[in-house]
Amino acid sequence: MNELQFEALLPFMVLAAASMTVILLIAFRMSHTVIQVAAFLMACSVILAMWYVKDTLPQTIPPLFVVDGFGALFTGMIIFSMMAVGLFSYVYFEEREENPKEYYILLFLATLGAAVLTISTHFISLFIGLEVLSVSLYALIAYLRNRNNAVESGMKYLVLAAVSSAFLLFGMALIYMETGSMEFERIAQSIKESSSSVLFNMGFGIMIVAIGFKLALVPFHLWAADVYQGAPAPVTAFIATVSKIGVFAVLLRFALSVNLQQYPLMITIFSVIAMASMIVGNLLALRQQNIKRLMGYSSIAHFGYLLVAFLPGNAAGVEAASFYLLAYSITLLAVFGVVSVLSTRMKDAEELAVYKGLFHRQPILTAVLTISLLSLAGIPLTAGFIAKFFILASGVQQNLWLPVLVLVITSVMGLYYYLRVVSTLFAAPSSATIAAKSLHPFFSVSTYLALIVMMLLLCWLGIFPGRAVEGIREFLLIR
Amino acid sequence: MILVWLIAILLIGGVLCWLLAQWNKALSRWIALCATAAGLVIAVWLCLQYKDAAGEAGSWFINYRLNWIPSFGISFHLALDGLSLVLLLLTFFLGILSVLCSWSEIKEKHGFYFFNLLWTLAGICGVFVAMDLFLFYFFWEVMLVPMYFLISIWGDSNRRYASYKFFLFTQAGGLLMLLSVLALYFIHAQQTGIYSFDYFDLLHTSPEASSAKWIMMGFLIAFMVKLPVVPFHNWLPDAHSEAPTAGSLILAGLLLKTGAYGIIRFVLTLFPQQAQAFAWWAMLLGAIGILYGAFLAFAQTDLKRLIAYTSVSHMGFVLLGIFAFNEIAMQGVIMQILTHGISTGALFIIAGMLKERLHTRDINRMGGLWTAMPFMGGAAMVFTMASLGLPMLGNFIAEFLILIGAFSVNIALTVLATLGLIFSACYALRMMQKVFLGPVSVAAPLKDLNVREWVMMSALTISIVVLGLFPQPVIDMVKGVVSGLFVS
Repeated sequence: MNELQFEALLPFMVLAAASMTVILLIAFRMSHTVIQVAAFLMACSVILAMWYVKDTLPQTIPPLFVVDGFGALFTGMIIFSMMAVGLFSYVYFEEREENPKEYYILLFLATLGAAVLTISTHFISLFIGLEVLSVSLYALIAYLRNRNNAVESGMKYLVLAAVSSAFLLFGMALIYMETGSMEFERIAQSIKESSSSVLFNMGFGIMIVAIGFKLALVPFHLWAADVYQGAPAPVTAFIATVSKIGVFAVLLRFALSVNLQQYPLMITIFSVIAMASMIVGNLLALRQQNIKRLMGYSSIAHFGYLLVAFLPGNAAGVEAASFYLLAYSITLLAVFGVVSVLSTRMKDAEELAVYKGLFHRQPILTAVLTISLLSLAGIPLTAGFIAKFFILASGVQQNLWLPVLVLVITSVMGLYYYLRVVSTLFAAPSSATIAAKSLHPFFSVSTYLALIVMMLLLCWLGIFPGRAVEGIREFLLIR
Repeated sequence: MILVWLIAILLIGGVLCWLLAQWNKALSRWIALCATAAGLVIAVWLCLQYKDAAGEAGSWFINYRLNWIPSFGISFHLALDGLSLVLLLLTFFLGILSVLCSWSEIKEKHGFYFFNLLWTLAGICGVFVAMDLFLFYFFWEVMLVPMYFLISIWGDSNRRYASYKFFLFTQAGGLLMLLSVLALYFIHAQQTGIYSFDYFDLLHTSPEASSAKWIMMGFLIAFMVKLPVVPFHNWLPDAHSEAPTAGSLILAGLLLKTGAYGIIRFVLTLFPQQAQAFAWWAMLLGAIGILYGAFLAFAQTDLKRLIAYTSVSHMGFVLLGIFAFNEIAMQGVIMQILTHGISTGALFIIAGMLKERLHTRDINRMGGLWTAMPFMGGAAMVFTMASLGLPMLGNFIAEFLILIGAFSVNIALTVLATLGLIFSACYALRMMQKVFLGPVSVAAPLKDLNVREWVMMSALTISIVVLGLFPQPVIDMVKGVVSGLFVS
């Protein structure tokens, strides 16, 4: 490994070092506040490291990794999401009895796993990244172990994730048997040369199970609502953003390098999964009274939308998908940020009843939540609209009329439940008022500030997406 | 640039209303009034400015273009011609009235209310001047969200249901339109290699006949939902009856007109042959709408629902006239757009005033109100007569022109549509009879119009009479646009 290659990996090493630092700080019995600040600084140093190495990209570190613009883009999204989750965690965990310190170790480890996924070009690095992510998530989901829901959802995730890992390994083995390699590039080469690709198709078909599970695509979505509900709110945000960005990035990279979209069978499978996810996700969300479950089902639908941009397999599709992920993760972080802020010591703010008439009590949070929900619904002036527009454009360009029509019809269905939440926010207030939490003033202010920034970001992306699109395009060209 | 200002005044005014309402509740009303009044002044000034230029076919008074998202060929392109200008006038006129009629009706959250009101108006203005299809869709949606809030927060008892229904119907239509826009965009790019959403670029696109039909249907469904045409009219009575007075006024007076505008501006020009082919069906739907709306209006007991169904009936005339494909009917359509906005808007305002005084919309619980409120009764009489098409009032001119134009194309359907005029007399007179005439049934003392309401009613009355007696200025103003439609 030469110096440049080492430098290219620097951000990931800093990320790994961050979890070590947190362990050391815990050993010295530092307070929650100190750990929080240190975690924030470590995350900043990861970003600094990325800034530092950005001119040396792309770098391949054969055979496991390639650090290119694509990886940098998704890693950047992951790190920023993680920082937001970390910030909300302070507000959320500060007044709980559980000791929140170890939480940050797990957070960094999971982030490392997701970040490794975005740069991996080899089945081994893919698998290691995925396992680092999953194992940390088991613990994170069940972190509030005194709650029934948390333990249940942790167990559920554990069992299903283990099964899906087994599927993943089996699929990899089949592909290895066919092609004799685990590197994406060499796999691509050897399938191009060989005439039949039955084993490859089977192998990838089996791998879809694992990927579908991680992205909560129908029919592998059964865990989504329970885990979203049971996990602590910041962890839910983490699952919804970081873990899905990582997995989607590696799926995209694999698909691009083996040119997956040339197989009609794969197109059919992914179209069916996409349409099923859009329909089922939106239908199940319709009657939900629990906002975390609602977001769970809606995320199923959103990844269905995202797959529509995945289907064309061209540059426009990748751009659309990247922009969609960007908009989606900002939106979800804002939503779960509001949920975290409103959660009380005993209970997460998950029942829709808690939000009744929030406009009268918390106008700022209401504005944030409203803009985010409208963005999820894809209403203009918000990032979600532009993102959905790009997806529709990439679908229409390839004449994928059936998935596109399903997308349109289901997003009208989706609008119904988002509007339901929005109209609850603006309804007359319920008599039972919830006592305001007394928070550390600095963290409270910075959380609110972060939420407002996210809201403005959503509007900015919705009105002037030009700059962001160019940025994404520039990043994707570094390869 | 002045067009940008026209929209910006409303947007900025809206934000100011919201921010300043925390200090002073009355202030937000005045800001809203000033913003709409400033808009009206600019619109009138534009009218005087471009009065002489309006005669030539295909003339654009103002053309303003800025790059917005250049990588996708999306521009911020506003343009003004006679049709847009006339509609802008209507928008600001009704905008002022909508601010005035919510003066005392709104009891809570003034700032947010006027914010939504002004932003809806801004969206509508945008729709009337946007010449980039992406921008058009953008404004099309921008006007929905604040309208949704107007209905769902300040509406009547069944407001949530009504607001969902409104939003979902229009959003579904809108998304189909978006698909059509995208399809047109890519077909244009394939043919010319230029990626552009600009209306003037897309005008020269000629998609294959089979796909063009579907693309046109996408546009048409979006506009027919908005108009509304009979199978898609379901959202309208609920939304109109549950919305606050200003909401109903804007819905009936302006939002429905965006549908008509869309058909005239985009469907007829982008897909002339396909529209011709669809004309018979569209005229049939129009005639059905006229009769069906009138029948249902006759059966209603809820005053606002009744007026809402009369809109369905009147919008049937608009559809009939547009698809008659001749100049005289099109002139009638534009007159109908204006006069229906004024007369139905006035009826909704009267319904709102009655609701404020009697706390009901049920016409069985009203009766003999003329004795207590002679002025309101007089005003209501004027607009009921306008609604049933009495000569000397604007609606007569409009419906007469439409029927003349349609008669030369399809006699049978025109005869059917003319029957609608008889039914309209039935429902209009029944409404008048039940509410203002007959035995007195309300014991409580009722106040007649106050000064503010007086001003509103007289402005509306004057404008409907003027349009009825001197329709020529409007006809001249849109002459260029209308003749341009049928030249090529």
